[in-house]
Formats: sequence, structure tokens, C-alpha cells
Amino acid sequence: MDSILAASSTLDSVKHFINVACEPHWFLIISVLAFFIFLIGYRTWTKPIVAGTVSALATLFFLASCADTNFAKIVTKADNVPIVIMMVTVSFLLWLAFRQAAINDERMEKGEPLIEAGADDKVLVWPDLVYSELIALVLCTALLIVWAIILRAPLEQPADPNVAPNPAKAPWYFLGLQEMLVYFDPWLAGVVFPGLIIVGLLAIPYIDKNPRGNGYYTFKERKFAITTFLFGFVILWVVLIIFGTFLRGPNWNFFGPYEFWDPHRPAALLNTEFHDLFWVNTLGRPLPGHYLIRELPGIVLLGAYFMLGPVIMKWLFFRKISRDIGFIRYSVLCVLILFMLLMPIKMVLRWTLNLHYIVGITEWFLNV
Amino acid sequence: MINRFGNWVREGQIWGSIFRHGVPRDRRTRAMAILSNVFLHLHPVAIRKSSIRLSFTWCMGGITFFLFLVEIVTGVLLMFYYRPTVEYAYFDIQGLRAHVTLGLLRELHRWGAHAMVITIWLHMLRVFLTGSYKPPREFNWSIGVILLVLTLLLSFTGYLLPWDQLAMWAITVGSNMARATPGAGSEGPLSAFIQIGGVPLVHAGDDARFGLLAGTFVGPNALLRFYVLHCVFIPCVVTVLLAVHFWRIRKDGGVSGPL
Repeated sequence: MDSILAASSTLDSVKHFINVACEPHWFLIISVLAFFIFLIGYRTWTKPIVAGTVSALATLFFLASCADTNFAKIVTKADNVPIVIMMVTVSFLLWLAFRQAAINDERMEKGEPLIEAGADDKVLVWPDLVYSELIALVLCTALLIVWAIILRAPLEQPADPNVAPNPAKAPWYFLGLQEMLVYFDPWLAGVVFPGLIIVGLLAIPYIDKNPRGNGYYTFKERKFAITTFLFGFVILWVVLIIFGTFLRGPNWNFFGPYEFWDPHRPAALLNTEFHDLFWVNTLGRPLPGHYLIRELPGIVLLGAYFMLGPVIMKWLFFRKISRDIGFIRYSVLCVLILFMLLMPIKMVLRWTLNLHYIVGITEWFLNV
Repeated sequence: MINRFGNWVREGQIWGSIFRHGVPRDRRTRAMAILSNVFLHLHPVAIRKSSIRLSFTWCMGGITFFLFLVEIVTGVLLMFYYRPTVEYAYFDIQGLRAHVTLGLLRELHRWGAHAMVITIWLHMLRVFLTGSYKPPREFNWSIGVILLVLTLLLSFTGYLLPWDQLAMWAITVGSNMARATPGAGSEGPLSAFIQIGGVPLVHAGDDARFGLLAGTFVGPNALLRFYVLHCVFIPCVVTVLLAVHFWRIRKDGGVSGPL
């Protein structure tokens, strides 16, 4: 009896530890750390034995967690199953890409041919490609039919504009944007940032003038490009979707993976404004009456971020890149990167200073 | 016996009028099989061995296209059973579940759509990690980005059609963003300055959100608008851009490989 109690309390403390580790700041910090360890150690962890062990442990952890009712409930919700599939496929394919990059990088160092080498080695499309396309078609059809038989498409109560569900969530692929709403106003999180993501993606081939790494897997030859793109895709998109789906419950409150979604949990603390921090807390004066003067410190801070940011970045890391790609391309690159980094910066400011707005001109709905 | 029957069919006039070449058993007829078929001639006749390695391409672009076709077929079938009005939409979906034989249509359509969103991301990830957007393929990457946005919009407009709580509130959350468009949304920054003689020109009755929903809330007009966008307008644009995308793959030198 005692041993069973002891075991269950150990299990509870493990669950509690994981719940805490999934809180927004820990979750993001751990993800970012894992991301950089992943990039730095790509030649080690992509070895089949290491990657195999890690994925076996992850599967074991996932299956064991499904014994917990709260965990199982959220993971097996019909519309959340695609996200579990996405997590598995993204991890597997990232491994596959970095495995080949590691092999190619090692071969290039030794002066050996790439995996993709043999440009003259041509085969006929009929039968070599047409048949593999047919096999892929049959397999995908079969998988989709099995998926459709096992899992019914969800259908909730008829639409009722007077009864709002709690939480009301956007479709899962937009949950990264909805998570941004915690840190930014809708005009940024819902309009400007998505617009900039599209513009940034369109701009990639015109900014990246590095001629190497065209048509084969490599990391060594394109470290900056790959790091930036994957930071955006993995951390700021996939991780935020996982967060928004699995860890955001009623009132958009955070809930650990083993926690019950209690709709009565109180909402978060009141936030502080940057103008209060500057005028009241630092200078010990009342807030200036006119909103432009009131917000001047925040405007100056943001202005400095976007004006001095490119200069400082050039001086610190981008001396060679800025020379290679020219002034206009470098300016576009900097604007995109600075906007991208605004997200983690605002997150850290929220966690540490409880900061609400850097510039808060609520009179114009112009809040940053 | 079967062999003889097969030969008889292949030597007849009907077969010969459809396939203007012999059985693809040697180099010439295999090349002809690709060249003389309107669907297969998207392919080149011969291709680099490394370009068709599964671990290089992941087949994700092809699977995305396949899923798009699945969505068209199941989508057309769904249109037989569904009326985009507030009175009927929800109950048509319910009826679909209860009365239609082999009622997997909506499942195939919904899971196919989710899968397509995932595979298009993975395709993009592969193209990025192999540096395949680099010259001469810059423009085709841009077409791909537009196709990605259109895929998300297709998914988003389709999300509303079942007209249940999930649908309505997801679209409410999503479309509320449009209200905050700078200069074009009633609660967007700078919109308050767009006015004539103190009368605001951008308000809840004419802003970006109103244009999206054809109303100030997610109601019958929004349902109809999303239905038309979902079933007609966006698929047509996607089809045209897909043609450009595939054409440009060929024109830009096929699947990328080391130079």
C-alpha cells in the first residue's frame, strides 16, 4: 500500500514538473535552447542510433502520457490529431534533412562527391518515376481512407451567435497568430505580422545571394539562411501552434498538459505600460497630458530599435553579408529580422516586466 | 489466353486511336508514352536519378497536388448534398452523416484538407533546405508562396461551411483581425484620421471586416460569400497558378540538383 502511494506521488510530482516546464516562458526557453543545440550538434544527434533512441523515448513518453485523462483528452480530439501528425512528420523530415546535410558536409570536407552527385546519370520517367508516383498515389489514398474511417469529422452544436465557446479558437494552422495576440494587438498579430511573413517568404530568393547549397542538403554552407528560416518556421510557427492547441484553455489561460481545463481559473495579472515605467516609476512625475509626449520614450525606443538595429547587427555579425548583398537587400533583410525578433523580445518583456505596450496610443488604436 | 486477348486489344483500332504508340517496353515507346500524353507530358522524358530519390524530394509537392485533386473530387460530391444557407447548412451536414451511403465524404474532405496544409509546409521546408529557391527558380518559389497562402485561405473559408459552433467561432476569431487593419478597419490604427468634416469614412459598416463577411457579424451573407470563395473563386486561381508552377519547374530545369 505504502509503495503504491509513494509511486503515485512520484508520478504526480513528475507530472507537476512537466506542467511547470510547459509554462509559456519555460516552454519557449527550452524550445529555443533545444533548437540551437540541434543546430550546433547536428552531426552528432542525427546519427541513426542517437536519433532512434531519442524518438523511441519521445514515443514512450507520449504513450505513457496518454494514460493521463487530461492529456489523452486534448491529444485525441479529432481536430488535434493532424497536429500530432504534423509534429511527428516535421521532426522526422528535419532529421532526414539534417542527416543528409551532415553526410554531405563531411564529404565536402574530404573532397568526396555529394549524395546528390551524378548529374549525368539519367533514367527514363516511364517507368521509373511514373510507377513511383502511382505507388505514392495508392498509398496516400489508402492512408486517407483509413484516417477517414477511424476518425469522424467533428460536428458540434449548430452555430449560435449568442453562445460563445470558451476558449474560441481559430483553425489550428492560425493558432500561432492567435498566440501572438497575447503579446500584440490585433493590428500587429493579425494583419501586419502575417503580411510580413508572406512578404518575407517572397523576398527570400531575392535576398539570399549565397550561390552555394543549390540543389543539395547542406548546413555548413548556408548556416545563417537555414538558422533564420528554421527559427521562424519551427519556433515562431510550429511551437506556437503546439502551444495554442494543447496548452491554451478557457479564457486563453495556460494549462499544463496534465491539468484539467478549469473555466473558473482567474485571468492573468494586470499589465504595466512602458509610459508608466518611464514617467512614474523612473522619473517620479505624473504622466504628461498630451499622448504624443506621453508616448515619446516608447517611440524613441522603437525608432532606435529599427534605426540602430541594422547598424549594430552589421557591426556585430553581418559585416560580410551586408557587403555581399548590397545596401537595399541588407535593409530589407534587417527590417524583416527585426520584426521577427520583436516577437521573442516582447515575450521576454512580458514575462520579466509584465509589460503591456511599449508604445500605447490607445486613442488611435496604435499600440505596440 | 489472356495474353492473346491483350494483344488483340492493343492491336485494335480503338486502342491505337487512344495511345499512338506501342506498349512502353523499349526506349522509344517509353519516351512516346510521356510525350504523347497530355497529363504525363508535365514530366520530362528522362530525369536525373538523384531527383527522384524519395529521401531528396520527400514527394511532398506531389502529395500536395494529389490532395488538391482529392479535395476537388470530394468537394464536388459534397456540393450535391449541401446548401449554403443558415436554414439548411448544418442539417445538410447532419443528413450527410446519417443518410448517405459510405458517408466518408466529409471525413475525406476535412482530413485531406488538414493533410494538405501540412504537406505544403513540408514541401516548402524541403525546397528551402535544398536551396531550390535559388536562381533560376526564384520566381517559382514566389508562385509557391502565393499557393501556400491560397491553400490556407481555402482551408479557412471551408472551415465555416458546416455552420456549427466550431466553424462559426473560429471564423469569428479569424475575421475579427480584419477589424484592426491599419487604415482600413474600424478599430485599426490611423483609421480615425480618414474622415471628411468629422464624419469617419472607415466604420464597422464599411471596413475590411465588413468586406470579408458582407455584414457586421458571421451570418448568412458571410456563409454564402465563403461558400463561393471556397468552391469557385479560390480553386480557379489555384488551378491557374498550379499550371504556372508546374510549367516553371520544367522551364527552370526540373527538380533541382547540384550544379
